[in-house]
Amino acid sequence: MTLTTPARAAAVSGRPAARRPNRMRAWATRAPLLPALVFMIVVTQLPFVATLVLSFLDWNALYPDDRRFAGFANYGEVLSSPDLRGSVWTTILLTVTVVLVSLLLGLLLALLLDRRFRGRAAVRTLLIAPFLLVPIAAALMWKHLLFNPEYGLFNGILHAIGGDGAVQPDWISEMPLLAVEAALIWQWTPFMMLILLAGLQSRDPQLVEAARMDGASDWQVFAHITLPHLRRYLELGVLLGSVYIVQNFDAVFTLTSGGLGTANLPYTIYQTFYQAHENGLASAAGVIVVIGSIILATFALRVVSSLFREEVSR
Amino acid sequence: MATVATTAPRQSRPHGRFRGAALGVVAWLAGLVFVLPILWMVLTSFHSEADAATNPPSVAAALTLDGYREFFGLTGGASPWPSLINSMTASLVSTLLTLLLALPAAYALSIRPVKKWTDVLFFFLSTKMLPLVAALLPIYLFAKNTGLLDNIWALVILYTAMNLPIAVWMMQSFLSEVPVAIIEAARIDGARLPTVLGRVVAPIALPGIAATALICFIFSWNELMFARVLTGVVAETAPVFLTTFITSQGLFLAKVCAASLVISLPVLAAGFAAQDKLVQGLSLGAVK
Repeated sequence: MTLTTPARAAAVSGRPAARRPNRMRAWATRAPLLPALVFMIVVTQLPFVATLVLSFLDWNALYPDDRRFAGFANYGEVLSSPDLRGSVWTTILLTVTVVLVSLLLGLLLALLLDRRFRGRAAVRTLLIAPFLLVPIAAALMWKHLLFNPEYGLFNGILHAIGGDGAVQPDWISEMPLLAVEAALIWQWTPFMMLILLAGLQSRDPQLVEAARMDGASDWQVFAHITLPHLRRYLELGVLLGSVYIVQNFDAVFTLTSGGLGTANLPYTIYQTFYQAHENGLASAAGVIVVIGSIILATFALRVVSSLFREEVSR
Repeated sequence: MATVATTAPRQSRPHGRFRGAALGVVAWLAGLVFVLPILWMVLTSFHSEADAATNPPSVAAALTLDGYREFFGLTGGASPWPSLINSMTASLVSTLLTLLLALPAAYALSIRPVKKWTDVLFFFLSTKMLPLVAALLPIYLFAKNTGLLDNIWALVILYTAMNLPIAVWMMQSFLSEVPVAIIEAARIDGARLPTVLGRVVAPIALPGIAATALICFIFSWNELMFARVLTGVVAETAPVFLTTFITSQGLFLAKVCAASLVISLPVLAAGFAAQDKLVQGLSLGAVK
């Protein structure tokens, strides 16, 4: 397609493709692209460079005059401070748990919704709803309405079932990370379900039909046709889910305010500079998150690009 | 062949029909379980504070609008309107700007593609994968030094840039659905570029553009971290307003529910309107 454009242009204009008009034409095709490209690079990409520079400074915003070059000292401190190292671990644990559980639930729901039944569209709409609450509103709902030890719905149900002697756990203080994970899994399962449902529906129905005629059982169809076909959609769900959940701030901020060992990297970075005013340290932590994300993104881009090329060549 | 096709399904039909119905019921139950917390939130928002905080829960308590009155500041307390207006401004203006910048870019990546257009497209996508939290500090320092702190326009600029990659990707995939042959035909008939865009491209691409706009709106409306750091009293957005509910304040459950629902309402509306294109936007165009 890219190769035919200049040739077509030359044919339409009816003269041999001279060098200068060609170059002008090339810029004329590029021009519509430039505003978006420039705007995005200036606003969202240059700050990353600034973060990289800041990460080498010893700079506490409370002592603005005492700012000097620190080499890799900030990185050393980030990697040796138990708090910050803990937040790296929390981020990994939180992301892996939320992504895998919501992927599994999403797969089950997608398989249920892939069948025809009465009210399928309505059920799909119901299932999307959790994803369409404002994230902080959803987190508030979990914190106050469901988890509250005195009047939350969970303990209310336990009380209603078990009578006065029922256990009444204080969910957030007793299982803080699990509480954050539960809230996030609830919000992200619909996302996984939507991606996997799209994958299921792009499966070749004739292939399934043929397999059934050859006497394949449901399980065989699932294991040998559906799952291999879904592989890249599963990968996409894992990778995009990871990219989004690594960056999660709202749930941790709302449910636990980073306490009880639930502070993930985004929350820690926010706290390091917004409350502790350690600009250099926060930047070093930021660079570490970026490096982790680049590793994730490399895989994610590969999956997206293989789906994309398939789509383009179709 | 024909006999096989007709007999094979018939054999499994009675069994299959029962199982199909059972799985339909399971699907309905799953849907209801997932939406139950939201239904409970809706019910609680219409209860009085005393009824909202009972254990076991009072399902059949009397309904009232007190929670909503409280939230809208009719009984004293801070009014949410300034924050709602700020959110509307930031989301609507940034969505409009995003479309204005993304449309020409998508045009140059689909209808009249530049050389190596896939590389450009993937560059846009790769920027979306970097965690914006790592850019938080420089952006904060920049806003502080240029007087943009607590100014809603700082958020407008940020949200525009934040949503551009998604918008470019979605729009590219919608514009490439416009058949090149139609555009060529219009040009041969002597139509000029604006006419081609307005009469040929727009009608085909419009539903996609609308879905893109809705998704950009949702992302801008939901954003909390930058709004929290960059705004204060004046430019506070609706999610920042919700942060006042993070610590418990006595009996306030009905009010929290009312607040969360009212503030989520625009997103719910936009999301259901864009339902069919939602995956495409969230998967950055990878899934159609």
